[in-house]
Amino acid sequence: MADELYFQTIASLAERLGAKGLSSVELTKAVIARTQAVESQICAFNSFDVDDALAQAATSDARREAGEVLGPLDGIPVGLKDVIAVENQPLTASSKMLADFVSPYDATVTQNLKKAGAVLWGRLNLDEFAMGSSTENSATKKTTNPWDRTCVPGGSSGGSAAAVSAGQAIASLGSDTGGSIRQPAAFCGVVGMKPTYGLVSRYGLIAFASSLDQIGPFAHTVEDAAIMLQSIAGHDVKDSTSYRADIPDYRAELSQRKGPWKLGIPKEYFGEGLDPEVNAAVEKAIAYYREQGCEIKEVSMPHTKYCLDAYYVIATAEASSNLSRYDGIRYGHRSKDAKDVEDLYFKSRGEGFGEEVKRRIMLGTYVLSSGYYDAYYLRAQKVRTLIRQDFLKAYEEVDALITPTSPTPAFKLGAKADPLALYLCDIYTIGANLAGLPGISLPCGFASSGLPIGLQLIGQPFEEANLLSIAHSYEQAHEWRNAHPQI
Amino acid sequence: MSQYEAVIGLEVHVQIRTQSKMFTRVGTGYGHPENTLTDPVVLALPGTLPVLNKAALDAIIKTGLMLGCEIASVCKWDRKNYFYPDSPKNYQITQFDQPICIGGGVEIELPGSARNVMGEHKIIPLTRIHLEEDVGKLNHGSHESLVDYNRAGTPLMEIVTDPALESADEAYAFLTAIRAAIVQGGISDCDMEKGQLRCDANISIRPVGTTELGTKVELKNLNSISYVRDGIAHEIKRQLSLTASGGEIVQETRDYDGTTGASQSLRSKEMAHDYRYFPDPDLMPVEVDETWKNRIEATCPEMPFDRQRRFFETYELPYTITSVLVWDRPLAEYFEETVKLAGVARAQLVGNWIVNDLLREVGAAKIDLADSKIRPAHIAELVELIETGTLLNNAAREVFADMFQSGEMPGAIVKSKGLAAEPTDTAELEQWCRDSIATNDKAKAEFQGGKGSAINAFKGPVMKASRGKANPKLVDETLRRLLAES
Repeated sequence: MADELYFQTIASLAERLGAKGLSSVELTKAVIARTQAVESQICAFNSFDVDDALAQAATSDARREAGEVLGPLDGIPVGLKDVIAVENQPLTASSKMLADFVSPYDATVTQNLKKAGAVLWGRLNLDEFAMGSSTENSATKKTTNPWDRTCVPGGSSGGSAAAVSAGQAIASLGSDTGGSIRQPAAFCGVVGMKPTYGLVSRYGLIAFASSLDQIGPFAHTVEDAAIMLQSIAGHDVKDSTSYRADIPDYRAELSQRKGPWKLGIPKEYFGEGLDPEVNAAVEKAIAYYREQGCEIKEVSMPHTKYCLDAYYVIATAEASSNLSRYDGIRYGHRSKDAKDVEDLYFKSRGEGFGEEVKRRIMLGTYVLSSGYYDAYYLRAQKVRTLIRQDFLKAYEEVDALITPTSPTPAFKLGAKADPLALYLCDIYTIGANLAGLPGISLPCGFASSGLPIGLQLIGQPFEEANLLSIAHSYEQAHEWRNAHPQI
Repeated sequence: MSQYEAVIGLEVHVQIRTQSKMFTRVGTGYGHPENTLTDPVVLALPGTLPVLNKAALDAIIKTGLMLGCEIASVCKWDRKNYFYPDSPKNYQITQFDQPICIGGGVEIELPGSARNVMGEHKIIPLTRIHLEEDVGKLNHGSHESLVDYNRAGTPLMEIVTDPALESADEAYAFLTAIRAAIVQGGISDCDMEKGQLRCDANISIRPVGTTELGTKVELKNLNSISYVRDGIAHEIKRQLSLTASGGEIVQETRDYDGTTGASQSLRSKEMAHDYRYFPDPDLMPVEVDETWKNRIEATCPEMPFDRQRRFFETYELPYTITSVLVWDRPLAEYFEETVKLAGVARAQLVGNWIVNDLLREVGAAKIDLADSKIRPAHIAELVELIETGTLLNNAAREVFADMFQSGEMPGAIVKSKGLAAEPTDTAELEQWCRDSIATNDKAKAEFQGGKGSAINAFKGPVMKASRGKANPKLVDETLRRLLAES
């Protein structure tokens, strides 16, 4: 089964497409067939457009026939989290609020993928407005974990992770506000990367928390993640927070940078609540790096314990304002029985938003309220600065940090009904968002339950090439990337 | 009962004239079909982000420099959150705690005792000027309300004065002065009918001699400068009579209707919003360094009253002429260009021709000064012909009317129409002058007693004898010579 087209890497498929032993239409058909075969069990897609995908594939083949190839992504089916705008395609954020919304414009990453020749395939499920860690908050459907359909795929980019894991897309894009790429990547046994804040344009990404959101790739391998990142990274005039960084050739750098690296182990990330099997797998990965001659240092990040609190103040504050635009006036769900403007707001938003979204809007509204701003929002921003300083201080000594991605492997659907218990899933990933740093999760083994375990590496700002190289070193020395779920 | 005084603060909103909107590339404008000046950013579609139009920031920095404000070194953006259908994002991007322009002031002139007498000058201190985006417009029908987002996202500056104005006349003078400055700076056309300049007034009264501010009432929808004056006067009167009758002033927002001269309450303080301001995470603070400020400073025009003082000093112009020239920058520049050609000694004559004759013709023809066929060179040449005696007053008026129509130079018109003054018979002129002096002993005594202006008394009879054709300059010289001899 590992030989199936839909489980191949971008790198190998690009080679086969280049050798003309394979067409993009054949590959896309294989991915479509796989999607249709398993979708009733995985439920990763909010929508897909078979004719549109095949037309893109045919265009790619014609281009290749004419001797023009746009790069390694040319002709490769890539899925998009349903918060990334594609012109004339639905854009729902897995919310009733946008159930019928069709975007009239492309996100910048969408344009970049189109320029790279990718076949855009499907709108992938998520927790409504990216708020959640299990994709159970979707108003559309509950995506399952391809390794165990009674478990969650993680979230919020659960559809993006599950689709790649199940062979329904060769790679995909997600967004990560507090771990929403890395945690589902860990749960689904694929590679997921959140770039440095500002490396990838947010234009066309439905905003959850503007100062934390970042788009990033899911893929089977680190090399594929590097290929994906290459196509979407870079300054964008449409995003004022986008950074003018020099973009190296990430894929080429993988074979250039071989270490040994100095790696830090933040002791605060290995405390209470960490599953012993996860701990053991991460320890083994640390041992691998040590064997490779890397210097392993324990570092302290004293403000780690405040991450979750600071995160839920800042993220909800920004979200409460970002989601104000969904009011039923210009687009989106509009209540049918409102008697005046105020009633229209109450009813449209009351009917259109799910419980978790409402909870976070209320929380965010509260922390920004007059008289509470200083105590909550302003203090959280100060804590955020301290957290970033923890990281930067650690980076005076080390190139990257090694941690578990999530305290546990995937949990059962419905197991975490208490929102607070669910928030705790993100304790290892949130720090990178608050500090704006790049993080990657890659498979590092399996629990006795058969569920994948993720290893997280957190790198220095805009040092994605280093981070990918460190991850690539471990990945190539192990076989986890060749394991695929039985569906 | 003790005497009361009024305390007034103004909030003036001015739309900045930029090609594109404040945070996106779609164009700005007035009177376009509904919702045609929109794009995904203006409509706040999911996923859109703002990107600052630097021209808007340049414009407000220029305004600040013109008005003597301190310019903040960092320009930071905040979100003001409130739900209303004219606001597509349901938050407005504005500047809350760190406005780009701090302090400064606007020089005003209060009405003088007569039209030709300069009034008292005063500086109205500003609290701040900040930049924000304008909202859309609601059009209410009988069964539905429609919203037009053409105006949404247009750059808007909010100019806030200290509570330092004392009367409706001061408010009128303030708006006149600030509008002139902003128009002359090329920042906005300030057309109140198009909503490019809007003014709200906060008004309270207090016993004279006290410093504590009374309960304020905000007046809104004052859509002309005269309505601002009348509305404030009305509100002060309302508060005084309410106080006199033992009533209590409540903090509220009132709507003044300029056509009826009455106001009514819009809302009271209890409905005040909590705007939940916080820094906009989609926009980076912008650093405004000295180089940037210096570049803008070089483009700042002279302020109207500074120009007036210079005109007094340099050209010795009377108040009535300067008070016309300085409020209109192109006109003032036209004047100075003409003086450059005609010479400073003829500045008064140039000023008279421009303010009295040129403006009258331009006004009657309903054209802009820029479109007038009479250019500074025409006026300079005309004045030259008059001063050298070639052209007499009546003939000069004929030449002026001709050149306004044809654009021909005055010299050419004089030639083609034969309007040059006839060469004067000096013997005849001298005889007329002798006759005039001989018949007016009183004036002669006055002139010789040192009253220079007494010479004018002799000129009338001479001009009469010549039937208006005598060269005034020659008459003057001849009279002086004869008076000195006798």
